[in-house]
Amino acid sequence: MSDIKKHTLNPDKWIDLYADYLFNYAITRIDNQDLAKDLVQETFFSGIKGKDNFRGQASERTWLISILKRKIIDHYRKINSAKGKKEVRMSFFTDGERKGSWLEECVPQTWGNDAEKEIENNELKGALERCINSLPEKYRIVFLLKTVQNYETDEICNELDISSSNLWVIIHRARVQLRKCLEDNWFNK
Amino acid sequence: MGKKFMISCDEATSICDKNQYGEASSWDKIRLNFHLLLCKHCKAYSNQNHLITKMLGKYLKACDGSKHLTLEEKKELEKKLNKQLDK
Repeated sequence: MSDIKKHTLNPDKWIDLYADYLFNYAITRIDNQDLAKDLVQETFFSGIKGKDNFRGQASERTWLISILKRKIIDHYRKINSAKGKKEVRMSFFTDGERKGSWLEECVPQTWGNDAEKEIENNELKGALERCINSLPEKYRIVFLLKTVQNYETDEICNELDISSSNLWVIIHRARVQLRKCLEDNWFNK
Repeated sequence: MGKKFMISCDEATSICDKNQYGEASSWDKIRLNFHLLLCKHCKAYSNQNHLITKMLGKYLKACDGSKHLTLEEKKELEKKLNKQLDK
């Protein structure tokens, strides 16, 4: 390998080559069509503005992804610090003698013997998606990264700039709410 | 997550959630299992949690790489991009 290939940028071809790839990348992480579209657009714009900074060591695609990644983090920071942000409902007593015990209305109910078979039901997928979508954005993003994208804990903490204990609190609350939502809308409907 | 042996339902289910990703420590798992012997609510949670993990595994395969921009969206994007390039 005598000549090391230097990568170049061809913005004319970006849409054909990378629009879907970037869109997919964004939507799996933020789970919002319109926002994903906007972020792809912004990524291309930033790419054009910053094209003089491209050194040709990474591929064009890798370079564009690194820009998109930053935009996703920025977005996460924004929703995380937003005032009046949507929170999950509390499921446990937060103080007093029963601190940490289930709140009456959140106690898990029995799902019946067929629950195991139910997961083969294709309509369940729709219910699952609706329940995931009902999670507040901050929770949904972390939950999907960890569960669907199978990210390492460290990776998410780095990418979103949160601590690992913070991550597990988010996952815990997301799953508690998800379970309750499936119970109310599917298993014990 | 602390040293005490007896844990609350909140803590037990936290460990149970962490365990869905194989990331609970041995000590956590011992405390969780002991709690599950005594608490039928968390026992139910634990069983259902496993089921949800299974469901999510199915769901994960079902939605891989299926999202695309429409042709119109791409054209729209192209217009905007060309404007930027012309600047």
